[in-house]
Amino acid sequence: MRINNYNDLVEWKKVCPRKTDYKINVLVCNGTSCLSSDSEMLAKLLEKEMIERNLKADIRIIKTGCFGFCGQGPIIKIEPDDVTYVQVKVEDISEIVESHLVNRIVVNRLLYKEPNQKELVEQSSGMKFYKKQMRIALRNCGEIDPENIEDYIVNNGYFALAKVLQEYTPDEVIKIIKDSGLRGRGGGGFNTGLKWELTRKVPGKEKYIVCNADEGDPGAFMDRSILEGDPHSVLEAMMIAGYAIGSNQGLIYIRAEYGVATDRLYKAISDAKEAGLIGKNIFGTEFSFDINIKLGAGAFVCGEETALIRSMEGFRGEPNKKPPFPSVQGFRGKPTSVNNVETFANVPAIILNGSKWFSSIGTEKSKGTKVFALAGQIRNNGLVEVPMGTTFREIIYDIGGGHPQGKEIKAIQIGGPSGGVITKDFFDTKIDYESLLGMGAMMGSGGMIIMDEDSDMVKIAKFYLEFTQDESCGKCTPCRIGTKRMYEILENLVNMKGKPEDLDRLRYLGENIKNTSLCGLGQTAPNPVLSTMKHFREEYEAYAYRTKKTTYSIDPKLCIGCTKCARNCPVDCIEGKVKEPHYIDESKCIACGACYEACPVHAIIKP
Amino acid sequence: MKLIDKMVQLKINDISINVERGTTVLDAAKKIGVHIPTLCHLNLEDFGVVNKSASCRVCVVEDENTGKLIPSCAQEVYDGMRIQTDTLKAVMGRRTNLELLLSNHPNECLTCVKNLDCELQTLAHELNIKEIHYQGEKMSHPIDVTSFGITKDTNKCIMCKRCVTMCDDIQTVGVLGGLKRGFDAVVATAFHLDLNQTSCTYCGQCVSVCPTGALAETNDSPKVWRALNDPTKHVIVQVAPAVRAAIGEEFGYEPGKILTGQVVSGLRRLGFHQIFDTNFAADLTIIEEATELVDRIQNNKTLPMLTSCCPAWVQFIEHQFPDLLDVPSSCKSPHEMLGVLAKTYYAQVNNLDSKNIVMVSIMPCTAKKAEAARGELNKDGLSDVDYVITTRELARMFKEASIDFTKLPNDEFDNLLGESTGAAAIFGTTGGVIEAATRTAYEMITGRELKEVDFKQLRGIEGIREAKVKLGDLELNIGIAHGLGNARKLLQDIRDGKSHFHAIEIMACPGGCIGGGGQPYHHGHTDILLKRQKALYDLDASMPRRKSHENEMLIKLYDDFLGKPGGHLAHDLLHTTYSAKERI
Repeated sequence: MRINNYNDLVEWKKVCPRKTDYKINVLVCNGTSCLSSDSEMLAKLLEKEMIERNLKADIRIIKTGCFGFCGQGPIIKIEPDDVTYVQVKVEDISEIVESHLVNRIVVNRLLYKEPNQKELVEQSSGMKFYKKQMRIALRNCGEIDPENIEDYIVNNGYFALAKVLQEYTPDEVIKIIKDSGLRGRGGGGFNTGLKWELTRKVPGKEKYIVCNADEGDPGAFMDRSILEGDPHSVLEAMMIAGYAIGSNQGLIYIRAEYGVATDRLYKAISDAKEAGLIGKNIFGTEFSFDINIKLGAGAFVCGEETALIRSMEGFRGEPNKKPPFPSVQGFRGKPTSVNNVETFANVPAIILNGSKWFSSIGTEKSKGTKVFALAGQIRNNGLVEVPMGTTFREIIYDIGGGHPQGKEIKAIQIGGPSGGVITKDFFDTKIDYESLLGMGAMMGSGGMIIMDEDSDMVKIAKFYLEFTQDESCGKCTPCRIGTKRMYEILENLVNMKGKPEDLDRLRYLGENIKNTSLCGLGQTAPNPVLSTMKHFREEYEAYAYRTKKTTYSIDPKLCIGCTKCARNCPVDCIEGKVKEPHYIDESKCIACGACYEACPVHAIIKP
Repeated sequence: MKLIDKMVQLKINDISINVERGTTVLDAAKKIGVHIPTLCHLNLEDFGVVNKSASCRVCVVEDENTGKLIPSCAQEVYDGMRIQTDTLKAVMGRRTNLELLLSNHPNECLTCVKNLDCELQTLAHELNIKEIHYQGEKMSHPIDVTSFGITKDTNKCIMCKRCVTMCDDIQTVGVLGGLKRGFDAVVATAFHLDLNQTSCTYCGQCVSVCPTGALAETNDSPKVWRALNDPTKHVIVQVAPAVRAAIGEEFGYEPGKILTGQVVSGLRRLGFHQIFDTNFAADLTIIEEATELVDRIQNNKTLPMLTSCCPAWVQFIEHQFPDLLDVPSSCKSPHEMLGVLAKTYYAQVNNLDSKNIVMVSIMPCTAKKAEAARGELNKDGLSDVDYVITTRELARMFKEASIDFTKLPNDEFDNLLGESTGAAAIFGTTGGVIEAATRTAYEMITGRELKEVDFKQLRGIEGIREAKVKLGDLELNIGIAHGLGNARKLLQDIRDGKSHFHAIEIMACPGGCIGGGGQPYHHGHTDILLKRQKALYDLDASMPRRKSHENEMLIKLYDDFLGKPGGHLAHDLLHTTYSAKERI
């Protein structure tokens, strides 16, 4: 099919195969997380069964992008029955086919069960995980086959681009995006429409649209999932942006290790080109646009836009001083608008539904939704999209299901290695850009790491600092050497070799690195340390004053003398007679925790 | 109104000042005498080179409007800006960043080649650093001593990237760049290859701007001391044109003072047996090169002809334009010519065994060290030149020998290979070689006496210059480039068949040999180079003979030994060949 004008698209949509053409649609998650649990094989087996049983005409197997509920993957959803199976294994496939697809009997043992509850949940909409979510950026993820352009078109794909080219001037497009209140989802939160406007206003014919897909925060996979699950939405948005700023060339900077996302992007670009949706005179208008992919080697600093541009130009990925901003002097010295994947994914929806619709969602200054990657000590690991203004408590407890073992959650690290911690006192804060900054954290790209009462905040801060030190490009002194010195101080502390004055040195050095580093990486690198020092100073002091207990001990009042701990200790440092309180030789304890796990009466005291 | 638009009003330390839009805070501060310390910043104004990487962060000052620290070297002023250079925040920011640099530095100043000439050391003194509060791991890299010209001690690198700016942007050689990440990030060659495995030309421009001892000339003075103390050796020394105009700076003289006489008497005190002048060989080069040029023009051979005195430039064309190796003149560089003559002609005249002759060249150049090691440049298995030491190394040798340079009397070069003309004196500056050649070519082609020897159109400091010179009926198109990036442009034109020149002079270093990689450090003051240049032109003007072919000892050399210019023996001894090399 080749699209030459708006009507062609309307006609194509009419003949695109759709879910209602089949009696049953079996959606198999083929996002990276489920793929790592062999979900590709699930899809293959299903296909094979369909052929063998001659069911292909009635039942369609759809390999989709991420459903978000990664902790329960691999996930298979059956429509229109609206039944979701979780943690499906290869050996479950024949039963699903035989029982559900052929005999129409739901396989109960594969249904989801809310923790501590007996009822089975058939429908995903009935799961707490999904109840408070609102999917805009992820609207097609888990719904369509990302490798099938027709699936996208059935869901009004490319209609936003068509609408823009038919009905709006570039200035009107910018106004819509500005009015919607959409802000950059990559971390900074700069108004997207304003960014486009700035780039548009710079004179010059050669301009670039860049999609920043260099997602680098540990534990974050929002952009990856969007590109894997709905690549066309990003392509469509890039073209809308191109039209708005007056650019004919789009570039997607994606890290090479995002193999699935890259493959699907290549396929999407090629399909869109074949359909005439990317190329010359799109929809028969004057507007032409081409999109290319630039692979990155996976350096964290290349998520910083000036470093990203350097890398795309073939140089070492090092940031430059701003100004000049990329909107004035970007790729090859030309005006360039760099936007993040998730930002782009919102754009077609805003065009189709209007800026008022979008700006009605969220808080006063932060509109729409935000995708977060939930990880760490939480029951429901995965990807969640919630309206701005949702509280941390709702995300952690209602959506995330709280701690897997019911322990107390003491903090959330948000904003990745550049962000800070939110302590439990602030869990009722409504999330938006401003509220996070006010708490010494930042939105970042949306990684949320949940930490429980057992987490050692000093070690966590040290982990993040090790990451940023490792990922620093080394260009400027404070980031190259300063973060190394901070790391060394932390290492000394946790090795019980620190001194009380180290804490002041750490804080002072951290402030200086923030104040004098060249780019955002260095300017935010000390945040995890500074913010944990502020909120959990006692943990730092325990190390600095060397009062930190590093070994386990036994509460003699609770110990019943069952000997389980002694029998489980790998270094034989627990002694005691049967039915008498035991004790731990702390000079030998290696703090492995085996006794803690073994004790039936919670008599073991953690370090 | 327009005039006002161009100007920006701001306050620095409460002093109001109007400057042009686009001015940096640092430059604005300079205008009102406010000093801000810098380290990575380098502004070689006269060559259009600015290293504005803003990476060291020791020039931060506070913008009162935002409360933020900004790098003054790179931040441009804006209307209403209010800068305070010495708030506690700014002072401590600068101090801490310098301390961090020092915490990752060997701090072995006493034995460092840059001791008392190091910008990091000076800054530590200036900022009154008495304690380094953040100690920790230091980088540990092997010292690269593989190349003959340059020694690279990465452990002293502070990542200012001045060398990268010179190597990449000015010279377009691109051997140096950032390598690795985080604390392990360093300026290095690709994959940390040894310098001699790369396309390095050994021009030493990286050395001349390195603020620390991370890049330095390879120290050959121990070899010279050893030769001087070997009773079986007859040690001869020669002095390049540009050395005499710069060495005084090492001893407190104003830049641009010619000190030939003191250099000669100092060398005699060091114990050299004969002291010859590379300028003699410069005159000789002109005879050979002009002969070659006239031959190429009159017999429709390869044009343009490129000068070949500069070894860094020869190295450059071998690596970067291996398809154009027929364009440079086949003439050896002057000191190599003098070297081979010392081991043949001089040895013959004095009945010496050439095996016992040690030839030492005092050069403004690090590439000459590598040149002396070239296999092509020897006669009967003996290198034309044995050791090359730079202007800086010679100054150190004088100091080491407790010679008070300022008290040295005037002395003269030894006779046989010591006479020179004004034409040779200007070899040390961009445009000088081609002007000298033109003086001789004029008389060769027209057969008439050249009255006005000053070809002012060939002089100057712009990176690429061109001029037309009338030689009777022939109008000679002459091109001049200094800095290898400029040379690249002219070479690309030749490759593309677009070059209209008959002859092109190329010198690798900005300014020519006066700005060579072995000269006293200019520390960013490019006016020093202009003073050295002026000194050479003044020297030329003061000479009784100003055309190379009028050098009487030279005429005697051809009569007694070489035969005719470009003849068989001249070709055997004074010309060389080039070979294609890989580009890494």
